[in-house]
Parts: sequence; C-alpha cells; structure tokens
Amino acid sequence: MKLYDGGKIIAGLLIFVGLFMLPFYFNIGKVSAKPELKLDTPAIQQWEKQYGKKECVESKEYMRAEHMQLLNNWRDSVVRDADRGYISDTSHKRFNMSLQNGCMHCHSNKKKFCDECHNYMAVKPFCWDCHIAPKEDGKS
Amino acid sequence: MSIDRRQFLKIAGISSILGLGASVASATHTIWEKGLEPPQVGPNTESLTAKKWAMVVDMSKFKTEEDIKKTVTACHLTHNVPDFRNPDGSVDTRHEIKWIWKTGYERAFPGQENKFMAEHLKDMPFMVLCNHCENPPCVRVCPTKATYKLKDGITMQDMHRCIGCRFCMAACPYGARSFNYFDPRKALKPEQVNSEYPTRSKGVVEKCTFCTERLQFGKMPACVEAAPKGGLIFGDIEDAHSQVRKIVETKLTIRRKPDLGTGPSVYYLIGGSDHA
Repeated sequence: MKLYDGGKIIAGLLIFVGLFMLPFYFNIGKVSAKPELKLDTPAIQQWEKQYGKKECVESKEYMRAEHMQLLNNWRDSVVRDADRGYISDTSHKRFNMSLQNGCMHCHSNKKKFCDECHNYMAVKPFCWDCHIAPKEDGKS
Repeated sequence: MSIDRRQFLKIAGISSILGLGASVASATHTIWEKGLEPPQVGPNTESLTAKKWAMVVDMSKFKTEEDIKKTVTACHLTHNVPDFRNPDGSVDTRHEIKWIWKTGYERAFPGQENKFMAEHLKDMPFMVLCNHCENPPCVRVCPTKATYKLKDGITMQDMHRCIGCRFCMAACPYGARSFNYFDPRKALKPEQVNSEYPTRSKGVVEKCTFCTERLQFGKMPACVEAAPKGGLIFGDIEDAHSQVRKIVETKLTIRRKPDLGTGPSVYYLIGGSDHA
C-alpha cells in the first residue's frame, strides 16, 4: 500500500489535532470553581430565626431542578388569571407569587444566588430585562 | 446464522416499540416522583374582586393643572412609565409612553362638539386612559394573545408574550397604547424607580392596567388615590350598590366613541353637581 504525499497528510493531521486540542490543553489541571450559593441574606436569617429552619417555597431539591418551571407557572397564574396566592406543597405555607416582591425579597443577593449558577451554566434568562433586581451594596 | 431482510425489520420494529413504551413509562414515573401535582393556586385573600371594573371621571373635581399633573405623575411613577424628552427638554411626543394623560374635548369626544359650545367645556382638560372595553379591538387583533380580558373586565397585557407587532395600537380607537421604541430604563430616573413593579423592555406595547396588581392587594388604583377627592370613582359597574353604578344610573354620563361598539368602561360626568 502506498500513501501518496504521506508526509504532508500526516503532518497536516498532526497540526489539526494539535490545534483542535488547544482549548483542552489550556484547561488541563484547572478546575473551574463550583458555583456556591449564599443563603445568608437578612430576610433568610430572619426566617430561620422565626421558623427554626431555612426553607424555600418548595423543597431544596425541587427548587434546584424545577425552579424555572415553577416560575413559569407562577407567571402564567399571576399575569393571565390574576391569581397570586400559592400554597406550598411542602410546608403548606402561603406565598405571594411574585419575583420582585416574593423570591427576591428573601434572595436579595442576586449576584451570589441567581447569577452564580446561571453564569456557570452559561444560561441567560431574560427576567431582568424588565424585572428590577434588588439593590446590592456593590451596585450593578 | 444470517438474518434476512424480513427478520431484521421485525426485530427492529418490535424493539423500537418496546423502547418507546419504556420511555413513556419512565417519564410518567419521574413526574410522580418529583411531586408535580397541580399546586394550590388562588387569588390573594385581600384581593378586591368585581364582575366588571369601571371608572367615572368627575370633571368638576379637576380644577387646576396641578390636579391633573398629580394624578398622571402618581400613575407613571407607580408603574415605572418612562418620560422620553427631546434634547431641548420638551416631551418627545413621537415616542412618549402614556398610561393616563389629559386631552381636549374635541379629541376625547370627536363628533360631539357643537359650534356654540360652552367655553369652559371646550377648554376642559379631560383625563383619558385605556377604556377597558367590553369588546376590545386590541384583544381581537393580537396575534399572540398577549393582550386579553381578565375575568373582572380588565383588559390586560402579558409583556412576556408581546412581540411588538403594534396591531393593537392600530386597532385601539382611543390611542391608549404606547410602543417602547427605546429601552425605557434609559428614560427613568434611578431614584424614582418603583422597585415593586417591573419596567418594560424595548419593543413591547404597554398601557393602563386599571392597577390590577394593586387591586390584588386590596388597594385602589394609583390614579384614584392621587386624584382630588371624588375626581375618579372606581368600582364594580355590575354591582347595583356600587358608587359608580349609582352615578351612571342617576346622572348623565358620556363615554368615548360608544358608537364604535367597543363598550368602554370609563364614564365622564360633565354635569358637575355633587354625587357622593
């Protein structure tokens, strides 16, 4: 078997593979920091004092996996049916369905809560095009 | 052993049916596991309800320019309505956003002006806003159902769905809708932003919502609270004991362009005698 222009082809292949692997090569050994959410806002601490534990609208696992779906359901209920009362499946407490006046009242640290994961996952929800984020000390 | 074509197709068919069945079964299984039951959702306990909200504008109560300005400002500050200005400081009328504003008799009630009309009526500044029509043309033309009727008669809009086609602006005979040609946040003073209400984004149409978000917390609309006492009366027109109903039943009130068949819910009381 004879490979015509074998030298050039193999050299070209090597160069291609080398270039292709460059990003991986640069990142070898570097562990990008895992997102760490901060749950230490005054409102959450106040809640913990009052009820003896940190709790969200639903369980932590559920919120982690399904908060986008929950927020969509809330949005549809509030905007289209004008129903804003939500009774939690987990704690049976009553919540006001609102992003700005509900969620962000406790999670007043958007940068260390929302953005931390969203940036890590490179998702860009368009909530904040209209909804006003809580004021943080560092100013956005 | 070799399989022929017929055998191969049989095996492939049966296994794909099995695979589909399994994926459907596992999907339903995860829904059960995560507890995605329909949550208990309902209106706020303190929310004000009505069959059909309506408003009476008592023109006799708006005496000075200041009365009107106060009412408009209260609404626009509550809802983060941007104030677009020309470089020389005047209002940018081509791009301005209006929820409630003042206009003259001839523009509010075209076709109803007389040649010899009382001077005071001609120059009277009328408060105009979305009429929350019974049969709203804006709702009919919206291709995405971004604007729709709530069950209490309010014509609402869903900014998440608006695609900015502006059909509703063309359809509305009252000019009650405004389009965001620019990012509205640029025309909002940061210290005046109401952090309890969202802004809009560039490219959506907006208008008055009869303060549905305030009604849900048992509060009257912002303009009603800010207007001179008795200037704007808000209530359930379907409730025979409500104040709006009594005024509309006992006094002569006019509505804007009722002949179009839109069924506006904003009534104007021109007479001016006491009603309360």
